[in-house]
Amino acid sequence: MTLKEQVTLRVVLYEGEGSQPLAAADQFAALTALLEKGFAVTRTGATGRVAPADRSPLLVLGSFSQGKAIQAEDASGTVPVRFADITGWDVARIVQTVESVREETQAARQGDWKPWFPVIDYDRCTNCMQCLSFCLFGVYGVSAEQKIQVQQNDNCKTNCPACSRVCPEAAIMFPKYKAGPINGDEVSDADLQREKMKVDISALLGGDVYSLLRQRSEKAKSRFSKERDSDKALNERKKCLVKLVEGGDIPPEVLMSLPSPEEIQRRAQEAMAKAQAALAGRAG
Amino acid sequence: MNTSRILYCHCAYAQVVPKEVKELVLKRLCAAGVAFEAVADLCEMSARRDPALKRLTEGGTLKIAACYPRAVKWLFEAAQAPLPAHGAEILNMRVQPADEVTEALLRPGLEPNLPAGKATRPSAAELPKTEVAA
Ligand code: SF4
Ligand code: SF4
Repeated sequence: MTLKEQVTLRVVLYEGEGSQPLAAADQFAALTALLEKGFAVTRTGATGRVAPADRSPLLVLGSFSQGKAIQAEDASGTVPVRFADITGWDVARIVQTVESVREETQAARQGDWKPWFPVIDYDRCTNCMQCLSFCLFGVYGVSAEQKIQVQQNDNCKTNCPACSRVCPEAAIMFPKYKAGPINGDEVSDADLQREKMKVDISALLGGDVYSLLRQRSEKAKSRFSKERDSDKALNERKKCLVKLVEGGDIPPEVLMSLPSPEEIQRRAQEAMAKAQAALAGRAG
Repeated sequence: MNTSRILYCHCAYAQVVPKEVKELVLKRLCAAGVAFEAVADLCEMSARRDPALKRLTEGGTLKIAACYPRAVKWLFEAAQAPLPAHGAEILNMRVQPADEVTEALLRPGLEPNLPAGKATRPSAAELPKTEVAA
């Protein structure tokens, strides 16, 4: 998921020497369409500054005088620079051209995944590892310095803010969440009181989530062995999950994608062990 | 003259920034004839540790139209591209009206507002009545 090897295409909407000004409405339409497709656009202007060049391939769009694009090249020869004269083009043609240059330059494709992942406010975080021991999907990990980190953000379940609820410091944000302080809004005393209560997961979900699942699993197992009815076992798990939904604002589809109770137990123990090792490492 | 660079976030992959606010801000930036950087979604860039974030933080002070300053600060940090501590002003399109955001983006000078430290707002009960209402 991270862009270690791949680069992203930088589109430049150019206005300046050698080009005709673009109408503001056309710029707005082109920018909106490109942004909706996930592209980053630099718009040059009569005033102001833009970010410096880096190794991203560049595509310069403009209404170039006499239909001829200005000539320029990257002095180091390492950055591919392309030009397109967009005089008279409609938005669809602009987007299509940008997309084909992206493919040609093997730049990364954006927008295939809703960016839903936890962001830690280290001004608040006390490195208590509650989030690490809570998350069953391996989103959290620890750095070489035993500091909590979000390591596998694409493992995070879209729209599930559950781990932010267990953080005693309200240090976990999901910027696309609907309400504060999880969305990054300031944290209030009242929020902290609320979050403190929720550290006890049982308060959040009306019973320890893992032991609840364990109990249900045991019941389901005994029934399963008696009745040999796998549908019943599945229904049992579903019932249990519905209860969890009622206890918090965790989307049902997230809970339905939880692993089996046995697997949950295994992962919970693994996460707990990781957290304990990290805490012991810091203490030592 | 405005010497800070301008960065506009389109928050493309969620509806958390009101459409009419982000549209108006973008329209006004286009009409103003200033140079600016526009990105589809800072959250996605941060999640992917997009090296372009580094480019955006380099080269002096920065005004950013996006969402809550605390979220924006830590999104950049998460991608190992920290914002300049006293060199960034973040405008919040989730709560500020488009006029206010655009005015702040285009005015000369910078009012740095990157949160620092573990600030906790007093709860509503401790605030004077007028502030509670707001
Ligand atoms: S639960 Fe909160 S305070 Fe504890 S390590 Fe996780 S983010 Fe930090
Ligand atoms: S930084 Fe804020 S405005 Fe930008 S994409 Fe993320 S949530 Fe949306």
